[in-house]
Amino acid sequence: MTIDAIKPGLLTTLQDAGRPGFAHLGVGRSGAFDAPALRIANALCGNLADACGLEITLRGPTLRFNTDALVAVTGAPLPVTVDGRDAPMWAPVPVRAGATLALGALRGGCRSYLAVRGGIDVQPVLGSRSVDVNAALGPLDGRALRAGDRLPVAATEAGLKYTATLPKWRVDPRPWFDDDTAQPLRMMRGAHFEHLTETSRNELFLHAFDVAPESNRVGIRLAGPTLEWQAPLEMISEGCVPGLLQLPPSGQPIAFGPECPVSGGYPRIGHIAAVDLPRLAQCRPGDAVRFRACTLAEAMDALHIRAQSLTRLEAMIRRRVTDDFGFDHDETGATPE
Amino acid sequence: MDFTLEAISEDALLLRFGDRIDAAINARVHAAARTLRTAALPGVVDIAPAFASLLVRFEVVSATTSLDAAIRDAIGQETAAVQTTPDTISVIEIPVCYGGEYGPDLEAVATHAGLSPETVIARHVAGEYTVAMLGFAPGFPYLLGLHPGLTLPRRATPRTRVPAGSVAIGGAQTGIYPRELPGGWHLVGRTPQALFAPTRHPPALLAPGDRVRFRAIDRAEFAALAGAAA
Repeated sequence: MTIDAIKPGLLTTLQDAGRPGFAHLGVGRSGAFDAPALRIANALCGNLADACGLEITLRGPTLRFNTDALVAVTGAPLPVTVDGRDAPMWAPVPVRAGATLALGALRGGCRSYLAVRGGIDVQPVLGSRSVDVNAALGPLDGRALRAGDRLPVAATEAGLKYTATLPKWRVDPRPWFDDDTAQPLRMMRGAHFEHLTETSRNELFLHAFDVAPESNRVGIRLAGPTLEWQAPLEMISEGCVPGLLQLPPSGQPIAFGPECPVSGGYPRIGHIAAVDLPRLAQCRPGDAVRFRACTLAEAMDALHIRAQSLTRLEAMIRRRVTDDFGFDHDETGATPE
Repeated sequence: MDFTLEAISEDALLLRFGDRIDAAINARVHAAARTLRTAALPGVVDIAPAFASLLVRFEVVSATTSLDAAIRDAIGQETAAVQTTPDTISVIEIPVCYGGEYGPDLEAVATHAGLSPETVIARHVAGEYTVAMLGFAPGFPYLLGLHPGLTLPRRATPRTRVPAGSVAIGGAQTGIYPRELPGGWHLVGRTPQALFAPTRHPPALLAPGDRVRFRAIDRAEFAALAGAAA
């Protein structure tokens, strides 16, 4: 029950739902940047929502399966082939032992997700199989996938209908992948927003910012008008979370991602609504990003609505894959609702 | 205990007890952290102290809608009980081999302080430190309690690679690099002890609020301890 990495892709990392509970020791959560995309991929192969999959960045890996498997690819669109034959995204895809799954270059967006029936079964580190590249923490010594890596897959039930033809259905990617980058990201004003000059306060919401090439899972670096303070701010290090928009002395903001430090000493000018973090995850270098002001209450409402619709979608997917592939109901990770 | 409470995201509250690096303020942060850990409020998953603030992260779905009030309640009761010290205060001793290749900046620190390297070591060893917070990297402790005569600004040019175990001075603080990292602090020595090991329980040698002392060791003892740890 293994998968071999033939080509690793540009930056492919093991990710699950992340590593909460260790912030006080300086350990961040990591986890899938576009978390709903990985959850949907997991649902599509009948996994629990927090099973470990692969996060793919800009160019996908080529993998050889040493076992019959069921896989699903979600997130940003990219070519998927099994032994050279096109396979769909957002749908369960049977892969026979010995087959090669090749994932190509992303056509848009920045991150795609691959889940495998059973989940990638590496030893968890501090309760999670997520790799934190920046902290060099997690399975695979906290590094990205390399050619030659052999990934174990958790044993699942025998006798699945892997010979089944591709299902005739797939999940509608919208709103889970949104390639309309003109839509602004919702942002709450941060504690230090009012200390920006009036010009800078306006520029933050009126101007587009370019996603800089040095962006990564720590943070999306934005290039645009230089934002300035009315007077220098004295800051001491305090807690940070993904979505925070920090303003370093360069005047160019950084939007924190899942590998952000647990504490930081730069002023906070805003916080991107959690419901829009998957869209932040899909920002690729060169994309333009805009912000729209929102309140915490609006952000909370939007998050709850999105969370409910994700839960409904997962339940619906589970019923379909259970019927199509003959999973036992209690093995599909369905949780009481 | 006076503090402000700010929602910094949908799932995080920041409790601020002050706006400067100060041992008394930091002690209040640790007291509040202990109180909240004991209170075990539903949905709370992270309670992370910083110098003058406390980050509380929670599960949006399972936390009570009145988490702010619950936090204020819990910490308010704590003040009434004047229970601000931990149940046990243990001092963790960290062996350090000072100077030489392990502490390439010891001479520079001594020159800046107008002291001999031996006096710098003596003052660094004489201090009792508090782990104000962990951050920067897993297991990296920011220690308060540095002798005021030993403070100096960070290096103008940070090193791209600071070796694991390096004991360093940056500003008014001292700290220890848990693994090889880039860093701008001045390296005065090195400990053979592992500050962070994910398979160990607990994974970090030091926790927020812990007390720390350094003990000067020679190269032979460093080698012996490093060998025993390997």
